[in-house]
Amino acid sequence: MSQPRTITEKIWDDHVVTHEPGSPAVLYVDLHLVHEVTSPQAFQGLRDRGIKVRRPDHTMATLDHSIPTTDTRLQIIPDEIARKQVDQLRINCKEFGVPLADLGSIDQGIVHVIGPELGLTQPGLTVVCGDSHTSTHGAFGAIAFGVGTTEVEHVLATQCLLQNKPKTHEVRFEGPAPKGVGAKDLILALIAQIGVGGGTRHVFEYTGEAIRALSMEGRMTVCNMSIEAGAKAGLIAPDEKTYEYLKGRPRAPRGADWDAAIERWKQLVTDPGATYDRTTIVDVTKLEPMVTYGTNPGQGVGITQAVPDPANIADASQSAGVKKALEYMDLEPGKPILGHPIDVVFIGSCTNSRMGDLREAAAVFKGRKVAPGVRAMIVPGSEKIKKQAEEEGLPEIFRAAGAEWRQAGCSMCIAMNGDQLSPGQYSVSTSNRNFEGRQGKGGRTFLASPATAAASAIKGAVADPREFLV
Amino acid sequence: MPAITKFTGKAVALPIQDIDTDQIIPARYLKTISKDGLAINLFNDWRYLPSGEPNPDFVINKPEHAGATILLAGDNFGCGSSREHAPWALMSYGFKAVVSTSFADIFCNNSLKNGLLTVIVDQATHRKVIELAQADANLQLTIDLENQQFVLPDGSSVEFPIDAFSKKCLLAGVDQLGYLQNQMTAVKGYESRVGDRVRSM
Repeated sequence: MSQPRTITEKIWDDHVVTHEPGSPAVLYVDLHLVHEVTSPQAFQGLRDRGIKVRRPDHTMATLDHSIPTTDTRLQIIPDEIARKQVDQLRINCKEFGVPLADLGSIDQGIVHVIGPELGLTQPGLTVVCGDSHTSTHGAFGAIAFGVGTTEVEHVLATQCLLQNKPKTHEVRFEGPAPKGVGAKDLILALIAQIGVGGGTRHVFEYTGEAIRALSMEGRMTVCNMSIEAGAKAGLIAPDEKTYEYLKGRPRAPRGADWDAAIERWKQLVTDPGATYDRTTIVDVTKLEPMVTYGTNPGQGVGITQAVPDPANIADASQSAGVKKALEYMDLEPGKPILGHPIDVVFIGSCTNSRMGDLREAAAVFKGRKVAPGVRAMIVPGSEKIKKQAEEEGLPEIFRAAGAEWRQAGCSMCIAMNGDQLSPGQYSVSTSNRNFEGRQGKGGRTFLASPATAAASAIKGAVADPREFLV
Repeated sequence: MPAITKFTGKAVALPIQDIDTDQIIPARYLKTISKDGLAINLFNDWRYLPSGEPNPDFVINKPEHAGATILLAGDNFGCGSSREHAPWALMSYGFKAVVSTSFADIFCNNSLKNGLLTVIVDQATHRKVIELAQADANLQLTIDLENQQFVLPDGSSVEFPIDAFSKKCLLAGVDQLGYLQNQMTAVKGYESRVGDRVRSM
């Protein structure tokens, strides 16, 4: 009998090409996703060294970060620097033979949305991308993590990375989620509990009833924000929901290959008796919808709670961090966050831009109006999602409410493309980061779920989505 | 890449916890296709007033801190995105090392691949060295990579951890791609053994 192993260890062991003493392991990468922002210098590196992309057939590129979300973007990208970056990815993909989901393609979208959508993201794979939210793909039971541009070049050149074996950290969500508490609330609650450095050097394995109950989209939301707790990656053992999601997708196995794949994927469980380096338990039964008040994703509270008072935080540096955050956010300690006026609502990003997220928002918007003076933007994660939402009539609901329905991309999550807050504005955003200036210089972000964001758009202030539940 | 063994430099303290990569360099400056020219946008939103003038209250802008090469930062430095523009910006500004009690994983990996040293010290040393830097703008600190020693002006020193392989590459001034390229026989063997788990085309 072999030693009991965690799912992380099984996938790791399957991908070690070689491991010499004194060096990190050479880890094979099954799927390399590429976007315009973190790849140009890597392709240039290949060019300078005179080397090719070793496995273009294990590589997939798309445009998402710096592209406009306007309806005229196929005709014009007004920002000259962004246009040059977009064109550079096109040049690089052509020169090196890498498939590209370009603007106008049905496959285009946020890199972490299209990987699963195309069926490229599968259980048991190693997936990397020059993007920290690569952890999203762990929802399928893959080891998926973000890398820098030097490592993007390593993968392009060799299809491998030099890696030290990560530690494992079980995150068990115990108990059923109360009504109105969804995937975004679970992950924000975890980060509030363990902090933005709580997962460093570890791969999370999410377990528990509340995780099993989530849809694949919800699981992607949870895994997406693993990096916001500092984790190397986050994953969930595959199950029937995983197989159901993948079946029939363009790049998923077919026929006899599908049956063989299911047999392999069924082995991707943590064995009884296997141990994790750490375990964290989150009591789901006590949760309510979450919202952040501060300038990192760990500074979050239940929506009916008050903004914490730094004077009551024992740890000096943590207290200083909250004080600095509240100054930036211009929030008063001890006051409720519910009812705080807002200017913008952003529903989108690799965290929350999938069909389930849009339907959740539409259920709140239906028959209601966005509060006067509030701008509400809804940005689908991919061209396919955009099409499907249109088939379901969601844009009509959004537009009737007074919200904008835009083209697919990262948009105001990262505010590189002109979709941004003005200094001092407050947003409720379904994205993943509330860092200072993340959504535009001087902008202030409250992170929350699509339901909370939509409810806040209606109220013109941070609102409890449970009021709108039928 | 130039080899790094040991150097002494002027330190500046920015003792804020969880400094994320959006503070190190905001995303709107990532539209470049080059690694160069990022120094001007390092800590952009802290460093400049809304008018575009340098913020005189931001520590790095103070004339007495000009020429600093060692940044003393708070816990969990470099959290957030995977942008390698963060170490590129720090290095092009002139920093050779960042000293903290902890670093975010991707930032640490990116830094070591570019020759920016991430020096992890204990809380007490961290506190002490920040106090020293705040009291003396000309505080000189030494980082001895070969012996993994962080040396204070009084001659006392603490050992810092560093990944052995990264250290070997930094001391020799070689990047890590060469090592991977030398593994291609093993990689080809692996590929013929496992086949294609997925194909993008």
